[in-house]
Amino acid sequence: MLYSVLLLVMLGVFAALILYFVSKKFYVYEDPLIEIVEDALPAANCAGCGFPGCKAFAENLVKSEDISEMFCPVGGNETMKAVADILGKEVTEQAPTVAVVRCQGSCEVRPKTTEFQGPLSCSISTLLYGGETDCEYGCLGMGECADACDFDAMFMDEKTGLPVVITDKCTSCGACVKACPKDIIEMRPKKKRDLKIFVSCMNQDKGGIARKACSVACIGCNKCFDICPKDAIKMENMLAYIDPDLCTLCRKCVPVCPTDSILETNFPPPKVKKEDTKKPVKKVKKVVKEISEDVVATKVKPTVKKEPKTATEKVEAMVESVTLEKIENNA
Amino acid sequence: MLKTFPKGGVHPPENKITATKSIQRLPVPKTVHVPVAQHIGAPAQIIVERKEKVVIGQVIAKSGGFVSSNIHSPVAGVVTKIDKIIDSSGYKKDCIVIRVDVKDESNFVDEVFPIKHTIEQSSEEIVKIIADYGIVGLGGATFPLHVKLALKPDQNIDCLLINGVECEPYLTADHRLMLEKTEEIVIGIKILLKAFGIHKAIIGIENNKKDAIIALQKICKNEPDIQIAALKVKYPQGGEKQLIRAILGREVPVGGLPLNVGVVVHNVGTVFAVYDAVQNNRPLTERVVTVTGKSLETSGNFWVKIGTPISDLIAAVGALPEDTRKIINGGPMMGKAIKNTNIPVTKGTSGILLIAEKEASRKEVQNCIRCATCVAVCPMGLEPNLLMSLTEKTMFEQAVSEDIMTCIECGSCSYVCPSNRPILDQIRLGKTVVKKLDLLKN
Repeated sequence: MLYSVLLLVMLGVFAALILYFVSKKFYVYEDPLIEIVEDALPAANCAGCGFPGCKAFAENLVKSEDISEMFCPVGGNETMKAVADILGKEVTEQAPTVAVVRCQGSCEVRPKTTEFQGPLSCSISTLLYGGETDCEYGCLGMGECADACDFDAMFMDEKTGLPVVITDKCTSCGACVKACPKDIIEMRPKKKRDLKIFVSCMNQDKGGIARKACSVACIGCNKCFDICPKDAIKMENMLAYIDPDLCTLCRKCVPVCPTDSILETNFPPPKVKKEDTKKPVKKVKKVVKEISEDVVATKVKPTVKKEPKTATEKVEAMVESVTLEKIENNA
Repeated sequence: MLKTFPKGGVHPPENKITATKSIQRLPVPKTVHVPVAQHIGAPAQIIVERKEKVVIGQVIAKSGGFVSSNIHSPVAGVVTKIDKIIDSSGYKKDCIVIRVDVKDESNFVDEVFPIKHTIEQSSEEIVKIIADYGIVGLGGATFPLHVKLALKPDQNIDCLLINGVECEPYLTADHRLMLEKTEEIVIGIKILLKAFGIHKAIIGIENNKKDAIIALQKICKNEPDIQIAALKVKYPQGGEKQLIRAILGREVPVGGLPLNVGVVVHNVGTVFAVYDAVQNNRPLTERVVTVTGKSLETSGNFWVKIGTPISDLIAAVGALPEDTRKIINGGPMMGKAIKNTNIPVTKGTSGILLIAEKEASRKEVQNCIRCATCVAVCPMGLEPNLLMSLTEKTMFEQAVSEDIMTCIECGSCSYVCPSNRPILDQIRLGKTVVKKLDLLKN
């Protein structure tokens, strides 16, 4: 009994000594600041900063002398300020951004002319041809962007077949922008109350061809370009683009668009005129686009992770009831 | 024992329905859409304007670089517009729209030239004619021919291989050409031998085209420079690396070209185009296209002007069968499904294949069962299942070290997979991403 205890103690001491010397001999110095900076980062490991993860970003923040070009889109200005305080270096403030989907080509407005049978992957479909519809610039609807999102901020709307961004959850890491082979998703500045006006179309075809392929396509008619008081709208390749830095959200371009391809979000809805029967329908569509975080978060969120399939159906049901409520309230 | 390549390969049902049908001339269409990007390399630069009158064989788009090719007007008529049209790539590309002048008789006269046996031009003149007359490889890759002919001083070749294999099921364009233009093809080979300054050419033909083998052997009796090699029927023997291995037993190194082993491979269609250009002064404005499909009542091989819409080809064999589900540009193994029938015939269109409903759909994808059938059939000796999963997991660096770029995209792996996995789709995606990320440099 005594011998076995002694033997074990001796073995333990011997092993401890070896470990002690080995750890001294092969010690690698790591700047203690790296760990402190890493703790200040959001630990999302989304690679939105351009580095493989938060650890690599922290290392680069500590090593580089000039960190004014580096930015953590998930943590935003607060995190960068904390990092600046730790390191005593200067950081530049950046306006928060949010992902927007620049395509409204749902199955209704953009009929399918062919059928793709291969694997359900946007990037593989892109290798073959321009997509199942006649618009070769629009969303392919296979959801590679939603799969790429690490924050559950995107899902594919089963009715329209288009991705939907939950703006409150979007951290603007840019994973969806990289995933989309058609460059449909854009990061736009998140303004006050998340007000946005943007051209929700990428079609660069001539007006007639674009309109034939999709009834809500930008036809390059220049009407918005002419009316904009701040010259914020650029026309290039038969496609309008609203520069978010110049746009003052005056909303003059929205009603002049003949194809409703300019979207406004989160504005108080315009008063419904009695004669105009089309407008309420349009409004429903627009409200659907912007799902408020509260609804999804409070009621559906717990089920989202467990049963994604049924959850999306539930989300849809929720969205419908919410939109109806909203419309009733507004009326 | 017939020669063939040793590694992998499959033998799909041949279905060469049109093998006995002689090549007919397709009526000239009302308008032609001539795309400017019909070849590998830089697209040609358009040099005609709207409302300009053009004649047959006039250059309408000039070569846009060294690896590029001239494009000639296939018809006489008026340029109505410079437009964009979806071509066989599936995307809209620039094209020249020419309305055919119905009064111009040159459109409807089928000139018959007597066969010219003597080659008067020197080898430099031949190369110049080939470059000027816009000849590209007609086997499918559409690589500009004059680039293949321009050898650097340190590159030596000793053998010219002529590819008459046509290993794709259904297609018979090359087969018919070998039967009907046998003598012209032999003279075309002599022209190419003169251009290279060598004295050895071997024509490789699969054994399912016995009539073509006999016809060529008959003519080549008195030609010491030209030999015929009958090959075992196996797909993808028409790939140049496989053909070189089958006939000469030489292995093209990974990442290398046939030039590295002293060989150049040309398709029989290309050889005929060379003959036509050098002996008859005719640029490449038409080619043979097979129009076929199991549910078609009549099918056939046609001489088609470049730029003819595919709908005209289908009209020539009767109407589109009702059960058609897929139209394929090319053969069933490597061809590409097309989006609509307005797509024009280009220099690379070898066949139009109509696939019926019951054969068109893909079966349900199941899990990989590690049977390694794809590894057994890969003619390049790769591991397709591994390359597929590396691409799926976005591990592109490892995919490069597993030689993903040597894949010739023959589709044998997807063809044999018992779990119906989209192996080639994923590998093709992997190759595209590797090219985009420029991983090859390291």
